[in-house]
Amino acid sequence: MKKTIFYDTHVALNAHMGPFGEYMMPIRYEGTLKEHIAARSGTALFDTCHMGELMIEGKTACSDLESILSCGVSSLKIGRCKYGFMCTPEGGVIDDLLIYRFDENSIFMVVNASTRENDFAWLRENCSKTTAVTDISEETAKIDVQGPGSVKIMRRLLERSIETLTYYSFMRNAYRGKELLVSRTGYTGEIGFEIFCDATSALAIWNGAMELGARPVGLGARDTLRLEMGFPLYGHELDKSHNAAESGFERAIDRDKRFIGSEFVLSPQKSTWLLSGILLDDRRAARMGDRISDMHGNEIGTVTSGSFAPSVERAVAMGYIHKEYNRIGEPVIITADRYELTGKISETPFYKHGTARSRITDFL
Amino acid sequence: MTPQDRKYTKTHEWVKLDGATAVVGLTDYAQDSLGDITFIELPPVGKKLVKGKGCCVIESVKAASDIYAPVSGDVSAVNKELESHPEQINGDPYGNAWIMKINNVAQADLADLLDAAAYDAFAALES
Repeated sequence: MKKTIFYDTHVALNAHMGPFGEYMMPIRYEGTLKEHIAARSGTALFDTCHMGELMIEGKTACSDLESILSCGVSSLKIGRCKYGFMCTPEGGVIDDLLIYRFDENSIFMVVNASTRENDFAWLRENCSKTTAVTDISEETAKIDVQGPGSVKIMRRLLERSIETLTYYSFMRNAYRGKELLVSRTGYTGEIGFEIFCDATSALAIWNGAMELGARPVGLGARDTLRLEMGFPLYGHELDKSHNAAESGFERAIDRDKRFIGSEFVLSPQKSTWLLSGILLDDRRAARMGDRISDMHGNEIGTVTSGSFAPSVERAVAMGYIHKEYNRIGEPVIITADRYELTGKISETPFYKHGTARSRITDFL
Repeated sequence: MTPQDRKYTKTHEWVKLDGATAVVGLTDYAQDSLGDITFIELPPVGKKLVKGKGCCVIESVKAASDIYAPVSGDVSAVNKELESHPEQINGDPYGNAWIMKINNVAQADLADLLDAAAYDAFAALES
Protein backbone atom coordinates (compact mmCIF):
# COMPACT_ATOMS: atom_id res chain seq x y z
CA MET A 1 0.00 0.00 0.00
CA LYS A 2 1.13 3.51 -0.80
CA LYS A 3 1.21 6.24 1.80
CA THR A 4 0.84 9.96 1.32
CA ILE A 5 3.19 12.42 3.05
CA PHE A 6 0.46 12.86 5.68
CA TYR A 7 0.38 9.23 6.77
CA ASP A 8 2.17 9.87 10.08
CA THR A 9 0.00 12.93 10.67
CA HIS A 10 -3.15 10.83 10.29
CA VAL A 11 -1.85 8.15 12.62
CA ALA A 12 -0.90 10.78 15.20
CA LEU A 13 -4.44 12.16 14.93
CA ASN A 14 -5.79 8.69 15.71
CA ALA A 15 -7.45 8.32 12.33
CA HIS A 16 -9.13 5.09 11.32
CA MET A 17 -7.12 4.26 8.22
CA GLY A 18 -8.35 2.19 5.31
CA PRO A 19 -7.39 1.34 1.76
CA PHE A 20 -8.58 3.59 -1.05
CA GLY A 21 -7.26 2.33 -4.36
CA GLU A 22 -3.54 1.80 -3.82
CA TYR A 23 -3.37 4.19 -0.88
CA MET A 24 -3.88 3.87 2.86
CA MET A 25 -6.03 6.88 3.59
CA PRO A 26 -7.83 8.32 6.63
CA ILE A 27 -11.47 7.18 6.64
CA ARG A 28 -12.39 9.16 9.74
CA TYR A 29 -10.83 10.90 12.70
CA GLU A 30 -13.43 12.04 15.22
CA GLY A 31 -16.36 10.56 13.34
CA THR A 32 -17.86 10.96 9.90
CA LEU A 33 -20.93 12.92 11.04
CA LYS A 34 -18.91 15.49 12.98
CA GLU A 35 -16.50 15.83 10.10
CA HIS A 36 -19.35 16.24 7.64
CA ILE A 37 -20.78 19.06 9.74
CA ALA A 38 -17.33 20.66 10.03
CA ALA A 39 -17.22 20.99 6.24
CA ARG A 40 -20.75 22.41 6.03
CA SER A 41 -20.42 24.91 8.87
CA GLY A 42 -16.73 25.32 9.73
CA THR A 43 -13.50 24.36 8.00
CA ALA A 44 -12.56 20.92 6.74
CA LEU A 45 -9.04 19.83 5.87
CA PHE A 46 -8.53 16.92 3.47
CA ASP A 47 -5.38 15.10 2.48
CA THR A 48 -5.82 14.66 -1.27
CA CYS A 49 -2.19 13.91 -2.08
CA HIS A 50 -3.24 10.61 -3.63
CA MET A 51 -4.77 12.40 -6.60
CA GLY A 52 -2.83 12.65 -9.84
CA GLU A 53 -1.47 15.80 -11.50
CA LEU A 54 -0.37 15.95 -15.10
CA MET A 55 1.11 18.75 -17.24
CA ILE A 56 0.28 18.96 -20.92
CA GLU A 57 2.45 21.50 -22.72
CA GLY A 58 3.47 22.65 -26.17
CA LYS A 59 2.01 24.56 -29.08
CA THR A 60 -0.27 21.61 -29.90
CA ALA A 61 -1.31 20.95 -26.27
CA CYS A 62 -4.68 22.67 -26.47
CA SER A 63 -5.63 21.31 -29.86
CA ASP A 64 -4.65 17.79 -28.78
CA LEU A 65 -6.68 18.01 -25.59
CA GLU A 66 -9.57 19.46 -27.55
CA SER A 67 -9.76 16.18 -29.44
CA ILE A 68 -9.22 13.99 -26.34
CA LEU A 69 -11.49 15.63 -23.74
CA SER A 70 -15.25 16.12 -23.76
CA CYS A 71 -15.09 19.70 -22.49
CA GLY A 72 -14.04 22.80 -24.39
CA VAL A 73 -10.31 23.44 -23.96
CA SER A 74 -9.26 26.29 -26.30
CA SER A 75 -12.15 28.39 -25.06
CA LEU A 76 -10.97 28.07 -21.45
CA LYS A 77 -9.52 31.35 -20.24
CA ILE A 78 -6.12 31.54 -18.59
CA GLY A 79 -6.66 31.36 -14.81
CA ARG A 80 -9.82 29.28 -15.07
CA CYS A 81 -10.62 25.60 -14.37
CA LYS A 82 -13.00 23.27 -16.12
CA TYR A 83 -14.51 19.85 -15.43
CA GLY A 84 -14.46 17.26 -18.23
CA PHE A 85 -14.28 13.62 -19.23
CA MET A 86 -11.69 11.57 -21.05
CA CYS A 87 -13.60 8.99 -23.10
CA THR A 88 -12.99 5.73 -24.90
CA PRO A 89 -13.79 5.63 -28.63
CA GLU A 90 -17.15 4.12 -27.58
CA GLY A 91 -17.87 7.07 -25.31
CA GLY A 92 -17.21 5.29 -21.99
CA VAL A 93 -15.52 7.33 -19.26
CA ILE A 94 -11.78 6.70 -18.78
CA ASP A 95 -11.68 9.40 -16.14
CA ASP A 96 -13.32 12.58 -14.94
CA LEU A 97 -10.90 15.41 -14.37
CA LEU A 98 -10.27 19.11 -13.92
CA ILE A 99 -8.15 21.13 -16.31
CA TYR A 100 -6.44 24.39 -15.42
CA ARG A 101 -5.41 26.80 -18.18
CA PHE A 102 -1.95 27.94 -17.10
CA ASP A 103 -1.19 29.88 -20.27
CA GLU A 104 -1.64 29.73 -24.02
CA ASN A 105 0.24 26.46 -24.40
CA SER A 106 0.10 24.72 -21.06
CA ILE A 107 -2.64 22.89 -19.24
CA PHE A 108 -2.49 21.40 -15.75
CA MET A 109 -4.76 18.40 -15.20
CA VAL A 110 -6.00 16.85 -11.94
CA VAL A 111 -7.08 13.22 -12.26
CA ASN A 112 -8.20 10.38 -10.01
CA ALA A 113 -5.58 8.31 -8.22
CA SER A 114 -6.71 4.92 -9.50
CA THR A 115 -6.86 6.05 -13.13
CA ARG A 116 -3.75 8.20 -13.23
CA GLU A 117 -1.42 5.75 -14.95
CA ASN A 118 -4.02 4.88 -17.58
CA ASP A 119 -4.79 8.53 -18.18
CA PHE A 120 -1.12 9.29 -18.66
CA ALA A 121 -0.68 6.44 -21.15
CA TRP A 122 -3.85 7.45 -23.00
CA LEU A 123 -2.72 11.08 -23.27
CA ARG A 124 0.73 10.04 -24.50
CA GLU A 125 -0.82 7.78 -27.08
CA ASN A 126 -3.25 10.37 -28.38
CA CYS A 127 -1.18 13.57 -28.23
CA SER A 128 1.06 14.83 -31.06
CA LYS A 129 4.84 14.54 -30.81
CA THR A 130 4.94 18.28 -30.24
CA THR A 131 2.93 17.98 -27.03
CA ALA A 132 4.78 17.07 -23.85
CA VAL A 133 2.81 15.09 -21.25
CA THR A 134 4.42 14.91 -17.81
CA ASP A 135 3.21 13.17 -14.67
CA ILE A 136 4.09 15.47 -11.75
CA SER A 137 2.03 13.59 -9.14
CA GLU A 138 5.02 12.38 -7.13
CA GLU A 139 6.38 15.86 -6.49
CA THR A 140 2.98 17.51 -6.06
CA ALA A 141 1.27 17.53 -2.68
CA LYS A 142 -2.38 18.50 -2.49
CA ILE A 143 -4.68 19.50 0.34
CA ASP A 144 -8.28 20.70 0.18
CA VAL A 145 -9.51 23.33 2.62
CA GLN A 146 -13.29 23.49 2.42
CA GLY A 147 -16.17 25.12 4.23
CA PRO A 148 -17.42 28.58 5.23
CA GLY A 149 -14.45 29.10 7.53
CA SER A 150 -11.89 28.25 4.87
CA VAL A 151 -11.76 31.75 3.41
CA LYS A 152 -10.52 33.42 6.59
CA ILE A 153 -8.03 30.65 7.24
CA MET A 154 -6.58 30.75 3.74
CA ARG A 155 -6.38 34.52 3.86
CA ARG A 156 -4.35 34.28 7.05
CA LEU A 157 -2.04 31.59 5.68
CA LEU A 158 -1.38 32.71 2.11
CA GLU A 159 0.77 35.70 1.26
CA ARG A 160 -1.33 37.25 -1.51
CA SER A 161 -4.96 38.31 -1.52
CA ILE A 162 -7.42 35.59 -2.52
CA GLU A 163 -10.43 37.89 -2.72
CA THR A 164 -10.45 37.89 -6.51
CA LEU A 165 -10.77 34.11 -6.70
CA THR A 166 -14.14 33.28 -8.22
CA TYR A 167 -15.65 29.80 -8.40
CA TYR A 168 -13.54 27.61 -10.70
CA SER A 169 -10.64 30.01 -10.98
CA PHE A 170 -7.08 29.65 -9.68
CA MET A 171 -4.04 31.77 -8.92
CA ARG A 172 -0.38 31.57 -7.99
CA ASN A 173 0.13 32.32 -4.36
CA ALA A 174 2.78 31.63 -1.74
CA TYR A 175 3.24 30.28 1.77
CA ARG A 176 6.33 31.41 3.72
CA GLY A 177 7.99 32.45 0.50
CA LYS A 178 7.29 29.25 -1.37
CA GLU A 179 5.17 29.41 -4.49
CA LEU A 180 2.02 27.33 -4.75
CA LEU A 181 -1.16 27.04 -6.75
CA VAL A 182 -4.58 27.58 -5.22
CA SER A 183 -7.93 27.07 -6.93
CA ARG A 184 -11.46 27.77 -5.75
CA THR A 185 -12.67 24.28 -6.39
CA GLY A 186 -13.53 21.23 -4.32
CA TYR A 187 -15.71 18.21 -3.83
CA THR A 188 -17.94 19.24 -0.94
CA GLY A 189 -20.36 21.82 -2.36
CA GLU A 190 -18.99 24.39 0.07
CA ILE A 191 -16.80 27.39 -0.63
CA GLY A 192 -13.22 26.23 -0.47
CA PHE A 193 -9.85 25.74 -1.99
CA GLU A 194 -7.57 23.10 -3.41
CA ILE A 195 -3.89 23.78 -2.83
CA PHE A 196 -1.06 22.28 -4.88
CA CYS A 197 2.40 22.65 -3.44
CA ASP A 198 5.54 20.84 -2.30
CA ALA A 199 5.50 18.39 0.60
CA THR A 200 7.10 20.74 3.15
CA SER A 201 4.60 23.52 2.48
CA ALA A 202 1.69 21.08 2.55
CA LEU A 203 2.60 19.78 6.01
CA ALA A 204 3.09 23.32 7.31
CA ILE A 205 -0.18 24.59 5.80
CA TRP A 206 -2.01 21.60 7.31
CA ASN A 207 -0.67 22.42 10.76
CA GLY A 208 -1.29 26.13 10.29
CA ALA A 209 -4.89 25.51 9.26
CA MET A 210 -5.44 23.17 12.23
CA GLU A 211 -4.14 25.87 14.59
CA LEU A 212 -6.65 28.29 13.06
CA GLY A 213 -9.54 25.90 13.71
CA ALA A 214 -9.73 23.66 10.63
CA ARG A 215 -10.62 20.02 11.34
CA PRO A 216 -9.18 17.03 9.54
CA VAL A 217 -11.85 15.23 7.53
CA GLY A 218 -11.56 11.70 6.18
CA LEU A 219 -12.82 9.92 3.12
CA GLY A 220 -16.02 8.85 4.90
CA ALA A 221 -17.28 12.41 5.11
CA ARG A 222 -15.75 13.28 1.75
CA ASP A 223 -18.14 10.69 0.34
CA THR A 224 -21.27 11.86 2.21
CA LEU A 225 -20.49 15.48 1.28
CA ARG A 226 -20.10 14.78 -2.43
CA LEU A 227 -23.13 12.49 -2.48
CA GLU A 228 -25.36 15.19 -0.99
CA MET A 229 -24.26 17.40 -3.88
CA GLY A 230 -24.85 14.73 -6.51
CA PHE A 231 -21.18 14.78 -7.52
CA PRO A 232 -19.98 11.59 -9.22
CA LEU A 233 -17.22 9.31 -7.92
CA TYR A 234 -15.19 7.47 -10.52
CA GLY A 235 -15.75 3.72 -10.23
CA HIS A 236 -19.28 4.28 -8.92
CA GLU A 237 -21.15 6.79 -11.10
CA LEU A 238 -18.57 6.86 -13.87
CA ASP A 239 -16.86 4.00 -15.66
CA LYS A 240 -15.98 2.76 -19.11
CA SER A 241 -19.25 0.88 -19.48
CA HIS A 242 -21.39 4.00 -19.24
CA ASN A 243 -21.45 6.54 -22.03
CA ALA A 244 -20.37 9.96 -20.69
CA ALA A 245 -23.68 11.51 -21.80
CA GLU A 246 -25.52 9.09 -19.53
CA SER A 247 -23.95 10.85 -16.57
CA GLY A 248 -26.10 13.88 -17.36
CA PHE A 249 -23.22 16.28 -16.67
CA GLU A 250 -23.96 18.44 -19.70
CA ARG A 251 -21.56 21.18 -18.67
CA ALA A 252 -18.68 18.75 -19.03
CA ILE A 253 -19.61 18.03 -22.64
CA ASP A 254 -19.06 20.48 -25.49
CA ARG A 255 -21.61 19.59 -28.16
CA ASP A 256 -19.99 21.81 -30.80
CA LYS A 257 -16.82 19.80 -31.31
CA ARG A 258 -15.58 16.31 -32.10
CA PHE A 259 -13.53 14.36 -29.58
CA ILE A 260 -12.63 10.73 -28.94
CA GLY A 261 -15.95 9.02 -28.22
CA SER A 262 -18.09 11.95 -29.39
CA GLU A 263 -19.94 9.85 -31.98
CA PHE A 264 -21.43 7.98 -29.06
CA VAL A 265 -21.55 10.74 -26.48
CA LEU A 266 -23.30 13.25 -28.75
CA SER A 267 -25.81 10.80 -30.18
CA PRO A 268 -28.98 10.54 -28.04
CA GLN A 269 -29.74 7.11 -29.57
CA LYS A 270 -26.55 5.72 -28.00
CA SER A 271 -27.69 6.56 -24.47
CA THR A 272 -29.95 4.15 -22.61
CA TRP A 273 -29.51 5.30 -19.02
CA LEU A 274 -29.45 8.57 -17.18
CA LEU A 275 -27.67 9.07 -13.88
CA SER A 276 -30.26 10.23 -11.36
CA GLY A 277 -30.64 11.19 -7.75
CA ILE A 278 -32.93 9.22 -5.46
CA LEU A 279 -34.17 10.70 -2.20
CA LEU A 280 -35.15 7.85 0.09
CA ASP A 281 -38.07 8.03 2.48
CA ASP A 282 -36.09 6.90 5.53
CA ARG A 283 -32.59 6.75 7.01
CA ARG A 284 -31.56 3.34 5.76
CA ALA A 285 -29.03 3.53 2.94
CA ALA A 286 -29.16 1.89 -0.46
CA ARG A 287 -25.81 0.54 -1.64
CA MET A 288 -23.99 0.13 -4.92
CA GLY A 289 -25.55 -2.64 -7.01
CA ASP A 290 -29.04 -2.50 -5.47
CA ARG A 291 -31.87 -2.79 -7.98
CA ILE A 292 -34.21 0.12 -8.74
CA SER A 293 -37.81 -0.69 -9.75
CA ASP A 294 -40.87 1.37 -10.53
CA MET A 295 -44.15 0.91 -8.65
CA HIS A 296 -45.29 -1.75 -11.14
CA GLY A 297 -42.29 -3.91 -10.40
CA ASN A 298 -40.39 -3.13 -13.60
CA GLU A 299 -36.67 -3.10 -13.00
CA ILE A 300 -35.56 0.31 -14.27
CA GLY A 301 -32.04 0.78 -12.97
CA THR A 302 -29.15 0.17 -10.57
CA VAL A 303 -27.77 2.08 -7.62
CA THR A 304 -24.21 3.40 -7.99
CA SER A 305 -23.76 5.01 -4.53
CA GLY A 306 -25.86 5.46 -1.44
CA SER A 307 -25.53 6.66 2.12
CA PHE A 308 -27.29 8.36 4.95
CA ALA A 309 -27.02 12.06 4.13
CA PRO A 310 -26.32 13.95 7.38
CA SER A 311 -27.41 17.40 6.14
CA VAL A 312 -30.58 16.03 4.53
CA GLU A 313 -31.31 13.76 7.52
CA ARG A 314 -32.40 10.98 5.20
CA ALA A 315 -30.68 8.49 2.97
CA VAL A 316 -29.87 9.50 -0.59
CA ALA A 317 -28.62 7.51 -3.54
CA MET A 318 -27.50 7.89 -7.09
CA GLY A 319 -28.06 5.41 -9.83
CA TYR A 320 -28.49 4.78 -13.52
CA ILE A 321 -32.17 4.71 -14.40
CA HIS A 322 -33.53 3.86 -17.83
CA LYS A 323 -34.07 7.24 -19.48
CA GLU A 324 -37.69 6.48 -20.39
CA TYR A 325 -38.52 5.98 -16.72
CA ASN A 326 -36.51 8.89 -15.49
CA ARG A 327 -38.95 11.51 -14.21
CA ILE A 328 -38.29 13.75 -11.22
CA GLY A 329 -40.70 12.92 -8.39
CA GLU A 330 -41.42 9.40 -9.64
CA PRO A 331 -41.63 6.91 -6.75
CA VAL A 332 -39.20 3.98 -6.88
CA ILE A 333 -38.44 0.87 -4.88
CA ILE A 334 -34.86 -0.14 -4.18
CA THR A 335 -34.24 -3.79 -3.44
CA ALA A 336 -31.31 -5.83 -2.24
CA ASP A 337 -31.25 -9.36 -0.85
CA ARG A 338 -32.25 -8.26 2.61
CA TYR A 339 -34.32 -5.12 2.27
CA GLU A 340 -36.72 -3.07 0.24
CA LEU A 341 -36.55 0.72 0.44
CA THR A 342 -38.84 3.38 -0.97
CA GLY A 343 -37.95 6.76 -2.38
CA LYS A 344 -38.42 9.18 -5.23
CA ILE A 345 -36.35 10.19 -8.21
CA SER A 346 -34.95 13.55 -7.19
CA GLU A 347 -33.09 16.52 -8.55
CA THR A 348 -29.54 17.03 -7.33
CA PRO A 349 -28.04 18.53 -5.30
CA PHE A 350 -29.95 16.90 -2.47
CA TYR A 351 -28.46 19.49 -0.15
CA LYS A 352 -29.42 22.91 -1.46
CA HIS A 353 -27.56 25.30 0.85
CA GLY A 354 -23.99 24.71 -0.33
CA THR A 355 -21.82 27.83 -0.36
CA ALA A 356 -19.48 26.83 -3.22
CA ARG A 357 -20.71 29.55 -5.56
CA SER A 358 -21.18 32.28 -2.96
CA ARG A 359 -19.19 35.50 -3.06
CA ILE A 360 -15.86 35.07 -1.32
CA THR A 361 -16.23 38.47 0.34
CA ASP A 362 -19.28 37.20 2.24
CA PHE A 363 -16.92 34.98 4.26
CA LEU A 364 -14.22 37.47 5.19
CA MET B 1 -14.04 1.18 30.75
CA THR B 2 -16.01 -1.95 30.02
CA PRO B 3 -18.69 -2.25 32.73
CA GLN B 4 -18.31 -5.17 35.15
CA ASP B 5 -22.04 -5.50 35.82
CA ARG B 6 -22.87 -7.41 32.62
CA LYS B 7 -21.79 -10.11 30.20
CA TYR B 8 -20.53 -9.95 26.63
CA THR B 9 -20.59 -11.93 23.39
CA LYS B 10 -17.85 -12.42 20.82
CA THR B 11 -20.19 -10.66 18.38
CA HIS B 12 -19.95 -7.51 20.52
CA GLU B 13 -23.32 -7.39 22.27
CA TRP B 14 -23.68 -6.84 26.01
CA VAL B 15 -26.36 -8.41 28.23
CA LYS B 16 -27.32 -7.12 31.63
CA LEU B 17 -29.77 -8.97 33.83
CA ASP B 18 -32.44 -6.82 35.40
CA GLY B 19 -34.43 -9.32 37.46
CA ALA B 20 -35.67 -11.88 34.98
CA THR B 21 -35.21 -9.51 32.03
CA ALA B 22 -32.06 -9.34 29.92
CA VAL B 23 -31.20 -5.86 28.62
CA VAL B 24 -29.12 -5.95 25.43
CA GLY B 25 -26.91 -3.38 23.75
CA LEU B 26 -23.80 -2.95 21.65
CA THR B 27 -20.32 -2.62 23.12
CA ASP B 28 -18.19 0.48 22.98
CA TYR B 29 -15.61 -1.37 20.92
CA ALA B 30 -18.33 -2.27 18.39
CA GLN B 31 -19.69 1.26 18.07
CA ASP B 32 -16.18 2.61 17.64
CA SER B 33 -15.36 0.06 14.94
CA LEU B 34 -18.59 0.75 13.08
CA GLY B 35 -18.30 4.52 13.21
CA ASP B 36 -21.27 6.84 13.16
CA ILE B 37 -24.44 4.79 13.38
CA THR B 38 -27.13 6.14 11.09
CA PHE B 39 -29.87 3.51 11.14
CA ILE B 40 -31.20 0.66 13.25
CA GLU B 41 -33.93 -1.85 12.45
CA LEU B 42 -35.37 -3.05 15.76
CA PRO B 43 -37.13 -6.39 16.11
CA PRO B 44 -40.87 -6.35 16.81
CA VAL B 45 -41.89 -6.73 20.45
CA GLY B 46 -42.92 -10.36 21.03
CA LYS B 47 -40.43 -11.77 18.53
CA LYS B 48 -38.89 -15.05 19.63
CA LEU B 49 -35.12 -14.84 19.54
CA VAL B 50 -32.70 -17.70 19.13
CA LYS B 51 -29.28 -17.29 20.71
CA GLY B 52 -26.65 -16.53 18.08
CA LYS B 53 -29.10 -15.64 15.31
CA GLY B 54 -29.32 -12.16 13.78
CA CYS B 55 -32.15 -10.18 15.35
CA CYS B 56 -31.48 -6.58 14.40
CA VAL B 57 -29.75 -4.66 11.61
CA ILE B 58 -27.54 -1.69 12.28
CA GLU B 59 -25.97 0.65 9.72
CA SER B 60 -23.07 3.01 9.96
CA VAL B 61 -22.19 5.55 7.30
CA LYS B 62 -20.35 2.97 5.29
CA ALA B 63 -21.77 -0.47 6.06
CA ALA B 64 -24.60 -2.57 7.43
CA SER B 65 -24.09 -5.20 10.14
CA ASP B 66 -26.16 -7.61 12.19
CA ILE B 67 -26.75 -7.68 15.90
CA TYR B 68 -27.03 -11.25 17.17
CA ALA B 69 -29.28 -12.42 19.97
CA PRO B 70 -26.94 -13.01 22.94
CA VAL B 71 -29.55 -15.28 24.58
CA SER B 72 -32.77 -16.99 23.50
CA GLY B 73 -36.06 -15.48 24.68
CA ASP B 74 -38.87 -13.12 23.74
CA VAL B 75 -38.42 -9.46 22.92
CA SER B 76 -40.32 -7.60 25.63
CA ALA B 77 -39.30 -4.01 24.78
CA VAL B 78 -37.24 -2.10 22.23
CA ASN B 79 -35.62 1.32 22.51
CA LYS B 80 -37.76 3.20 19.96
CA GLU B 81 -35.76 6.39 20.56
CA LEU B 82 -32.88 4.83 18.63
CA GLU B 83 -34.92 4.76 15.42
CA SER B 84 -34.74 8.53 15.09
CA HIS B 85 -31.48 8.94 17.04
CA PRO B 86 -29.32 5.90 16.33
CA GLU B 87 -26.23 8.05 17.01
CA GLN B 88 -26.99 7.59 20.72
CA ILE B 89 -25.35 4.19 20.35
CA ASN B 90 -22.08 6.00 19.63
CA GLY B 91 -22.56 8.38 22.52
CA ASP B 92 -23.78 6.13 25.31
CA PRO B 93 -23.54 2.46 24.30
CA TYR B 94 -23.73 1.08 27.86
CA GLY B 95 -26.41 3.43 29.15
CA ASN B 96 -29.26 5.21 27.37
CA ALA B 97 -28.63 3.40 24.11
CA TRP B 98 -29.78 -0.03 25.24
CA ILE B 99 -31.34 -1.75 22.25
CA MET B 100 -33.85 -4.32 23.49
CA LYS B 101 -35.08 -6.23 26.49
CA ILE B 102 -35.60 -9.99 26.44
CA ASN B 103 -37.89 -12.06 28.68
CA ASN B 104 -38.06 -15.80 29.35
CA VAL B 105 -34.30 -16.16 29.25
CA ALA B 106 -32.86 -19.60 29.84
CA GLN B 107 -30.21 -19.23 32.56
CA ALA B 108 -28.02 -21.75 30.76
CA ASP B 109 -27.67 -19.29 27.88
CA LEU B 110 -25.81 -16.91 30.13
CA ALA B 111 -23.20 -19.41 31.21
CA ASP B 112 -20.88 -19.17 28.21
CA LEU B 113 -20.93 -15.39 27.88
CA LEU B 114 -17.75 -13.45 28.57
CA ASP B 115 -17.10 -11.24 31.55
CA ALA B 116 -15.69 -7.73 31.03
CA ALA B 117 -12.03 -8.76 31.30
CA ALA B 118 -12.43 -11.70 28.93
CA TYR B 119 -14.30 -9.50 26.46
CA ASP B 120 -11.64 -6.80 26.57
CA ALA B 121 -8.98 -9.39 25.89
CA PHE B 122 -11.02 -10.76 22.98
CA ALA B 123 -11.64 -7.28 21.51
CA ALA B 124 -7.96 -6.40 21.84
CA LEU B 125 -7.05 -9.50 19.85
CA GLU B 126 -9.58 -8.70 17.18
CA SER B 127 -8.35 -5.14 16.69
